[in-house]
Amino acid sequence: MMSSVAAITTPSSVAAGSVSILRVFLVETRMECLRLLRAPSFAVPIILFPLMFYALFGLLLGNSGHPGQEASRYVLATFVAFGAIAPGLFGIGITIALDRDRGLLQLKRALPMPPGIYLVAKLVTSMVFAAVVSMALMLLAAIVGKVVLELVQWVTLFVLAVLGVIPFCGMGLMVGTLVKGQAAPAVLNLIYVPMSFLAGIWVPLSVLPHFLAQLAPVWPAYHLAKLAQSVVSGNSTDLLPHVLDLVGMAALFFAIARRALRKLR
Amino acid sequence: MNSPAAELAEVVKRYGAKTALNGVRLRIERGKVTALLGPNGAGKTTAISLLLGLATPDSGRVELFGRPPQELTARRRIGVMLQTAALPETLRVGELVELTSSYYARPRGLGEVARMVGIEELLLRPYGALSGGQQRRVQFALAVCGNPELLFLDEPTTGLDIEAREALWNVVRALVAEGSAVLLTTHYLEEAEALAQRVAVLMNGRIVSEGTVDEIRAVGVRRHIRCVSSLAVAQVREWAGVDAVSGRDKRLDIEVRTAEPVVRQLLAADPSLSELEVTRAGLAEAFMQITKGPMQEEAA
Repeated sequence: MMSSVAAITTPSSVAAGSVSILRVFLVETRMECLRLLRAPSFAVPIILFPLMFYALFGLLLGNSGHPGQEASRYVLATFVAFGAIAPGLFGIGITIALDRDRGLLQLKRALPMPPGIYLVAKLVTSMVFAAVVSMALMLLAAIVGKVVLELVQWVTLFVLAVLGVIPFCGMGLMVGTLVKGQAAPAVLNLIYVPMSFLAGIWVPLSVLPHFLAQLAPVWPAYHLAKLAQSVVSGNSTDLLPHVLDLVGMAALFFAIARRALRKLR
Repeated sequence: MNSPAAELAEVVKRYGAKTALNGVRLRIERGKVTALLGPNGAGKTTAISLLLGLATPDSGRVELFGRPPQELTARRRIGVMLQTAALPETLRVGELVELTSSYYARPRGLGEVARMVGIEELLLRPYGALSGGQQRRVQFALAVCGNPELLFLDEPTTGLDIEAREALWNVVRALVAEGSAVLLTTHYLEEAEALAQRVAVLMNGRIVSEGTVDEIRAVGVRRHIRCVSSLAVAQVREWAGVDAVSGRDKRLDIEVRTAEPVVRQLLAADPSLSELEVTRAGLAEAFMQITKGPMQEEAA
């Protein structure tokens, strides 16, 4: 017995109307970007810290010794790699931990959000932030630091920063899924700062104790910095191991995070 | 028969050694508010998690519109308001509605949602700057923005003032009148009484009582006959059909299951009897009776 009410409210043909996955992805990514941009606790470490450090270490301190073009390029490349760490580590790590803690992840899973969009939007958001940071660093370098590079080198550095954020997204995702919300920022900082130091970004590896310098390759930041440095030096020998290391580490982090996310169900 | 909007059929769900749901059958009909009641830990959250596709049953069948809840097309027909979901504080209300609407095939417009829920003046405000009651209204707006045929409302009016609560109830009533189905979980029994056409009471992972609000009120519930009479308490206590009597200063309070025979006997035995009054328990009292007893410790 179909009542008239039921007849009105069972328009399965209408309900099955299409949803544009692309549109969902674009809206989700835009909102994730806005969400980070408007929160000083994200925007400051992600955007300002790399610029500030580069201005301090790369431009102010570096210029006092009248470094050659080669050294200036080397420092820029290193900081472009540095700038790709925080967008992945914090952009994904903290928001995942928060979403998990506060029930937002649960709600998103219940809502008809296409599977995967949640993570892809976060990943692309991190890439957008990495793109902005690397652009700002390169502008600063070209205008203030008088760094001169071929166009193809500028472009390659940019692409490297945008893709190079992915392993750090994996790290952030791993921490964000394994660590509870409030502890996640602390754990991420405990990775961020030592990694930047031990990967030879803030100081040359040669000044570190020998055994620490030898351990540098365990950090993805080391490999990304090596790749960036080779882009500006034009010395492109033996790049493949660094690429493979980064890909392998990213795969490992994502696999661990995936396991953790499954367990949450 | 209409196919239900959602259904749990002989569902068993265990978490480790604990059986959260033990053979639960529940149909959520279109055009009705179904209230799922029960003490904390009774299995309400588990039942909702299963219906939303957040968990899968160990045995039995869970369906949304005849499909598994994990299917996106089935979930595009539901709206969700969960008890604990902190939305991103830096996003504006209008942005949150736009984001959630993007998941649906035929969402309501932003303007329509804002008018329905009464959040027009909040659209440009960041979510984190809103009061608790305003945030709750925004969550309700997100639940209805997709034009859903089935609405999950988990404690929807916690933190709302009376006016906002009435407004939300009116929207729910209007949606139900249009044929939407609603699954309501609430601690406020008056809310279930005001909104629900059907009530299911969950206890220790089982549905212990199910029916219309009137049926639930009637099940196992005593009525109270109150009057002023010179009859002795001890005498009335002996009558058939009387469960308990208390009295003071000639005022009797008689608990019965069926009032009419006892009322007749009272009037016959005491022609001077006055101020006769028969009251029926509300849903709250029925709920207390259904959920108390040997398993009461679970409710604590």
